[in-house]
Amino acid sequence: MATREDIKFLTNPNIGSRQKKYCRFKKYGIKYIDYKDPDFLLQFINEQGKILPRRITGNSLKYQKQMARAIKRARHLAMLPYVADLLK
Amino acid sequence: MRQYEVTFIVDPVLSADEIKSTATTYVDHLKSEGCTIVNVDEMGLLQLAYPINKRSSGIYFCVEFQSETGALIPKLELAFRRDERIMRFLTVTLNKYGVKYNDDKRNGLIGSKKKKKDDKAEDKKSTPAKSTPAKSTPAKAETAKAETAKVETAKVETAKAETAKAEPAKAESAKAESAKESPEKAVPAKAVTAVAAATAVAESAAPEAVKKEEEE
Repeated sequence: MATREDIKFLTNPNIGSRQKKYCRFKKYGIKYIDYKDPDFLLQFINEQGKILPRRITGNSLKYQKQMARAIKRARHLAMLPYVADLLK
Repeated sequence: MRQYEVTFIVDPVLSADEIKSTATTYVDHLKSEGCTIVNVDEMGLLQLAYPINKRSSGIYFCVEFQSETGALIPKLELAFRRDERIMRFLTVTLNKYGVKYNDDKRNGLIGSKKKKKDDKAEDKKSTPAKSTPAKSTPAKAETAKAETAKVETAKVETAKAETAKAEPAKAESAKAESAKESPEKAVPAKAVTAVAAATAVAESAAPEAVKKEEEE
């Protein structure tokens, strides 16, 4: 009778199980997103300067809205571009 | 008493005196209206992400103030609009979290510019959640130091015999990593990778040291 140790796979069967997505603001207790901080906000926009969707960033709705508000304020103050090319 | 924050961009072609006088006129205007100024921050000359009024850079100012009434905000904004030296402005009401964030930033509790983006975010995280990172990082720093002590003794043993160049280089890099760790203790991620690297190096160094001794 073959034991569990005898059964070997060529590929790891655990491959494909996604890392649990979480909201980094909830997890680390960040309550406020500063619009004057373009380096931090760059994490949440893509190369064209567009705001990344919630399903990609993993943010909760509350913080996604705050993030979007902060990015739009930064865009108004010309700290972030509205339209860009090869931003990162 | 609400706390407001107004950020405005001044034309960079003006002389330094004119720029300062522009900022001070608005600060004095606010004081005369009966507001308590919390902070005036000159963020200096920054590159604009897109041209405004044909200019590609501007001097940013950020004034934080407290005011009883909100009635002076439209007057302030009207003054900004009329002033030709000001290119853009933005007035924001700060909620309690915003106020706390600004206080922490002024006291240096939010990460410095030298650290990377991820570490900066982690430092922001470290301010409210002080207990767990603070406890874990000293323990990890201690283990990192213990590992480097082991590596150093192994290095001394192998230094007697002729050693491969890779070994002291690895030990030195582990030392350099841990040396960076001890001043910057509020970086759990780096400490974890350094500990992993140090343990890997120590483990590889120890059997090699044993082998060399056996050879001798």
